[in-house]
Amino acid sequence: MTSVIAPSDRPRAASPDSMRERFYRIAPTLLDTDPNIAIVLADIGTDAFDAAAARHPGRVLNVGIREQLLIGAGAGLALAGYRPILHTYAPFLVERPFEQLKLDLGHNDLGAVLVSVGASYDASAAGRTHQAPEDVPLLSALPGWRIDVPGHPDEAEALFRAAAARTDRTYLRLSELSNRDAVREVVDGAAAGRMTVVRRGRGATVLAVGPILDQVTEAVRDLDVTIVYATTIRPFDGATLGAIVREPEVIVVEPYLEGSSAPVVSEALRRQPHRLLSIGVPLTEPRHYGEPAEHQAAYGLDAASIGRRIRLFLEQPDEG
Amino acid sequence: MNSQPRSHPLRDRAIELIQLMSGDEKHDASATSTLDVLVVLYDRVLNVSPATIGDPTRDRFLLSKGHGPMAFYAVLAAMGFVDPGILPSFGAYASILGRHPDRKLVPGVEISSGSLGHGLPIAVGLAYGLQTRGHTSAGARVFCLIGDAELDEGSNHEAIALAGRLGLERLHVVVVDNASATYGWPGGIGARFELEGWSARTVDGTDRDALEAAFTAPHPGRPHVVVAMIGERAS
Repeated sequence: MTSVIAPSDRPRAASPDSMRERFYRIAPTLLDTDPNIAIVLADIGTDAFDAAAARHPGRVLNVGIREQLLIGAGAGLALAGYRPILHTYAPFLVERPFEQLKLDLGHNDLGAVLVSVGASYDASAAGRTHQAPEDVPLLSALPGWRIDVPGHPDEAEALFRAAAARTDRTYLRLSELSNRDAVREVVDGAAAGRMTVVRRGRGATVLAVGPILDQVTEAVRDLDVTIVYATTIRPFDGATLGAIVREPEVIVVEPYLEGSSAPVVSEALRRQPHRLLSIGVPLTEPRHYGEPAEHQAAYGLDAASIGRRIRLFLEQPDEG
Repeated sequence: MNSQPRSHPLRDRAIELIQLMSGDEKHDASATSTLDVLVVLYDRVLNVSPATIGDPTRDRFLLSKGHGPMAFYAVLAAMGFVDPGILPSFGAYASILGRHPDRKLVPGVEISSGSLGHGLPIAVGLAYGLQTRGHTSAGARVFCLIGDAELDEGSNHEAIALAGRLGLERLHVVVVDNASATYGWPGGIGARFELEGWSARTVDGTDRDALEAAFTAPHPGRPHVVVAMIGERAS
């Protein structure tokens, strides 16, 4: 597969580090400052915590390649009074131990912070086994989860620090993709789980989630539309969206399974006539490797493809 | 080999209370297979009571095998955790006493269970966390009850291996073995734990003195499993 990658679709390096690197730098320091924090790992990211584990014996637990136990032991640590932080690749954190998430944490009503890496097609060359664009809709099917999808390492750090200080069940979805700039309201905490208007226009409303914001901004550069940005996608801030939407056209661009937020958008807009276009990772069985940018282009998530779909939707309703 | 009298004050009371839940119908094996184990634990072993249920240094009992919880509810009622008057509501829509226990509803229930293979992994994290919190040196122990068929679930084997490697001395598992696992455990259940570094005892699951001795046997530096044989195998 060959593709021409537009500038806005290249991996961007405005931040000197990735979300994952930031997490590996910040999480060990939380062990120093918060005696309630415990880290549970499943052989992923262990090097980052070696020094902290030596400083804090017993507060970094690596269970080996045992993901059911990762969640179960995390629930046990919560019962012992800890704020457990559970970390591995998205498919092994959400999909393999899904019943443990539902029961050990959810039904037992215990708090934890789940921090995943390997968002959607980050692990492009690793293939389908290491990709989980369905993580967000899966967790959305369980009550009581907060789902944070940061779009920049600074946002990831702020959302992580806030989650570590709470007692709820939070899923923090780290990506290798990043927007050029962080959104201030997310970094300084003013957003507090609400959406942020990053551009006001007179026409349609475009909701961009996390690290897809730059592509969306580029895609609608010449359109008179409003761009709303969300990092906290569950609970869904339907109140803000409902207050912003004026024209009936609503476009949601999510960097995970297409249509994941269609039900909650529909619910938020139930009192106003609207048309919804959902853009995201299509429901397919991928059998390609290569680079993330190639997957992005193949799924129509590069700026040019997003722009084409939005224009078609706005200008030719029967086609789009 | 088990020559003890069947009668025991807590056991007799629990039997009466089970009848409040089961009515006149004869209760099935799943309701009573755990009874002697529960009686011994709550009467002679566990340091927990309604007065100490909020104490972080209390002993924790995790019923992982959530099926047939009538004996568990009956013992909790006899111990004062649950009002015996609510036992007849067992299984009803608005009852707190479901056919699998819910820790959010029933006082004295440490985990919600029902789906098999969840209790032991939680127990491993709990024992580890209580240890690093300093609660085990103040006395806290964790006891987790599972069934021989429940051992089919692979999640248990993740937990058994790790607990052995960590040497979780304050973790105790009782496997109620009524030979219900479809494919059985050739060589015995205890041997599987021992291979992973556990201390193991296999006893008649209706012999209360033998159960007490097995539960309280020293096992320095290792987690401990008691395989309680029930039914034909135990006689």
